[in-house]
Amino acid sequence: MSVTPFIVLSAILFTIGCVGVLTRRNAIVVFMCVELMLNASNLALVTFSRANGNLDGQIAAFFVMVVAAAEVVVGLAIIMTIFRSRRSASVDDASLLKY
Amino acid sequence: MVAFWILAPVMVAAALGLLFARKAVHAALLLAVVMISLAVLYAVQDAPFLFAVQIIVYTGAILMLFLFVLMLVGVDASDSVVETIRGHRLFSTIAGLAFGLTLVLGVAQVSFGTVIGLDSANKDGNVPSIAQILFTRYVFAFEVTSALLITAALGAMVLAHRERLTPKPTQAQLAAQRIKDYAEHGKHPGPLPPPGVFARHNAVDTPALLPDGTASEASISRVLAARGTVKSAPDIAADINELDTPGGDA
Amino acid sequence: MHVTAVQTDGVFSILWLVIALPALGALVLLAGGKRTDKWGHWLGVATVAASFVLSLILFFALLGKDEGERQYTQHLWNWFSAGSYSVNIDLLYDPLSAVFLLLITGVGALIHVYSVGYMEHDERRRRFFGYLNLFVASMLVLVLAADYVGVFLGWEGVGLASYLLIGFWQHKPSAAAAAKKAFVINRVGDIGLSLGASLIFVTFGSTSFAVVSAHADKASGATLTAIGLLLLLAACGKSAQFPLQTWLLDAMEGPTPVSALIHAATMVTAGVYLIVRSNFIFSLTEDARTGVIIVGTITLLMGAVIGCAKDDIKKALAGSTMSQIGYMVLAAGLGPAGYAFAIFHLLTHGFFKANMFLGAGSVMHGMDDDVNMRHYGALRKAMPITFATFGIGYLAILGVPPFAGFWSKDKIIETAFGDNFLVGMCALIGAGVTAFYMTRLMLLTFGTTKRWEKGVHPHESPKVMTYPLIALAVLSAGGGLLLAGDWIVDWLTPVVGEHEEHHLAVGAVGMSLIALAVVAAGVAVAWFLVGKRPVPKEAPSKVSVFTRAARADLYGDAFNDEVIIKPGVVGIRGLATVDRSVVDGLVEGLAVALTAISATFRRVQNGLVRSYALTLLGGAALVLLTLLAVNFG
Repeated sequence: MSVTPFIVLSAILFTIGCVGVLTRRNAIVVFMCVELMLNASNLALVTFSRANGNLDGQIAAFFVMVVAAAEVVVGLAIIMTIFRSRRSASVDDASLLKY
Repeated sequence: MVAFWILAPVMVAAALGLLFARKAVHAALLLAVVMISLAVLYAVQDAPFLFAVQIIVYTGAILMLFLFVLMLVGVDASDSVVETIRGHRLFSTIAGLAFGLTLVLGVAQVSFGTVIGLDSANKDGNVPSIAQILFTRYVFAFEVTSALLITAALGAMVLAHRERLTPKPTQAQLAAQRIKDYAEHGKHPGPLPPPGVFARHNAVDTPALLPDGTASEASISRVLAARGTVKSAPDIAADINELDTPGGDA
Repeated sequence: MHVTAVQTDGVFSILWLVIALPALGALVLLAGGKRTDKWGHWLGVATVAASFVLSLILFFALLGKDEGERQYTQHLWNWFSAGSYSVNIDLLYDPLSAVFLLLITGVGALIHVYSVGYMEHDERRRRFFGYLNLFVASMLVLVLAADYVGVFLGWEGVGLASYLLIGFWQHKPSAAAAAKKAFVINRVGDIGLSLGASLIFVTFGSTSFAVVSAHADKASGATLTAIGLLLLLAACGKSAQFPLQTWLLDAMEGPTPVSALIHAATMVTAGVYLIVRSNFIFSLTEDARTGVIIVGTITLLMGAVIGCAKDDIKKALAGSTMSQIGYMVLAAGLGPAGYAFAIFHLLTHGFFKANMFLGAGSVMHGMDDDVNMRHYGALRKAMPITFATFGIGYLAILGVPPFAGFWSKDKIIETAFGDNFLVGMCALIGAGVTAFYMTRLMLLTFGTTKRWEKGVHPHESPKVMTYPLIALAVLSAGGGLLLAGDWIVDWLTPVVGEHEEHHLAVGAVGMSLIALAVVAAGVAVAWFLVGKRPVPKEAPSKVSVFTRAARADLYGDAFNDEVIIKPGVVGIRGLATVDRSVVDGLVEGLAVALTAISATFRRVQNGLVRSYALTLLGGAALVLLTLLAVNFG
């Protein structure tokens, strides 16, 4: 099983996640795209783990998942707070901090 | 590799769907597709532990959290597809394509050498091996993540918490308020009438009939009334007639 | 003469204490605040008195050494060093420093005691003593430093103390202005000293007296002349010599003990000290010495003429101080023949002028701080001790034998004639004019009739003030003993070198007789012009051009106004206009341009997080492209 297809897939998913972050306005969907990017990197880590023959990559992926879980908890709480006060989950609406 | 070639197009398609889905719920479901496919790819690549974690934690917990928040925010809300920042979508696409193409081209040109495989690393089984490393070499990072999780949980609680601004009314106060409302506005002090006296299909959308034969608006949920899924009075009347005519035993 | 000093040992190792004691006093008094109010003035007196005792011990120890061994240095610490240049805080104790130490601490201690009485009713007496101690410490640094940079340190220190003390009564606008004026004019002189020291460093690679004196003869004549003239400029500033003389008359705004200590006995003689100390330079440059002689001669005549016209007793004495320092500078300019007499006159002048200033302070004390002599008169009965001591000072400055001034001034006139007839004549005329204005001062103050203002009841000053007067009167009377057997000349020989005797055509005795005759003529003129006529209470306005000029300080201030200040103001105005229109215009234009640019570019900060993310991704893509280009290109 070659490594390259997995890495290319990972790159494609990561890029799609990037573009999603840029184009979607719903904060929750933006968050999903961030999760997609994290998952893409996890795929690369697992693949490298197999290529190198040790489990460090899997451990790293594991930690990424833990951090992602924490991040989602806080991020969603923030989105909830913003939604509660502004009645909107659009990232474009929270644009007071500007010139 | 068979699994890969089957799953890869599915994943890319689902991920692209994430970009174009107008409803956030659809996006979440598409993301679930990507994540489960990823879990399979982990399993293919000798990572059964991560396979399980991916399914349980990611697809099970995190994505459910997403859905939960979606429910709170409004599950039906669909995004407008009109871009408000001028030129943003064009430039995003260009930058994304440039980034992705460069990345893919760069990665494709790299030679990763011979693949060693995890047969020797997973000699004692994948989970014991991961535990072996996690609780020795990475124990400090592991402990730090525990602190991170605790902090995140506390942070979420603080953010979601709402201070009570007025004192909680007691039962006596509630009762007094109810009687006061009745005295001033004539509002019925007792419980609202239950719906669905003539339960034919979905009882909650069928208003109760008052003694004079009119339907009681108070017996159905306002949400259902707003959605327009409430049976209208003529419909109810028709039902009554329908019931009356053949059997006559109602 | 070369400075080849040996390290201090034995008793000489206490040298640093002489400076440290008053410095400590100043520190305690100025930093200690109000809690030292009660006893602060006695601490001030005690530190200076202790320094005087140490100076006496050191002096007798030095006296006990052979003539060739009378130079000691004490290395305290290395101040700073840069490359091969290093400045040490070294003290140099030799016969010249020794007599200065005695003068500064001795007269200083007497004036401190006097000030205890004079400043008794001043709320800020403790601060006054703190400043006085600071002055004494700085002056001691000046005369003990073994290095031009060290001298500069003390030079600035006394300038600061002088500024603080002239403006001590800062609630008076005139005092504040006088302090500022003294400070600014002294800066001009200080530039001379700093440039001189810099030129010395450039020429000799060191600023220590030992190195400079050893290599002075190797420098070119022009360089030496330049150094000499720069040092002369410094001396002019500090010693109120022409053309930087105008600050001294205004400096009389300070309390009288300050005038006595700083502006008569010690600080203003620092210029003479500098010239005599730099004798190894001045001995080698005839041109610079000529400059010194010219400055001294002009000033001694100017000061005397100004002294004639002043009705303010302190300003009359200040004019006299200028004149007497002119004599010293003149003597110092005469080279090896005159150095010793310059110092000798400096010492005797320190005695009798401090005496007279303190006497004037005593008179003012009794006359409710009135300084106008036209309001005095017939005070000899009201203030007998002041009159007697002032009288001794008067006889001393006139040069009546056997009082101190006779011995010192006579020697200077004699030496001046030996050098140049014209200069000698000027010095002689100066002596006559001195006799005139001092007699006028005496007559207006102590003689003639009462012209007191209403409600003034002159009385003798308290003992704490009269005892210092008596002590100084004794010194004024007996100071001439220093010349006994040419002692002062021999004493200073290790510092200033041997000199050849002049032999005048008329002989030393004849010269003295001529000088006495001129003095007598001056006294007689004063007697007939002032003593025999009624003195108007208001200064007469219809006076000759010369009187008017003298009253206006010979137009020194007017000259400065016209030649320096007015063109300066015009120039500064022009510069201010240029600054406003051109410089500010540039700066503000730049600001306006930047504002416009920023107003355009700040639109980038639109608050939309997705735009920021786009730039982030764009940057990442660029980095990736670059990496690829570098790795595969």
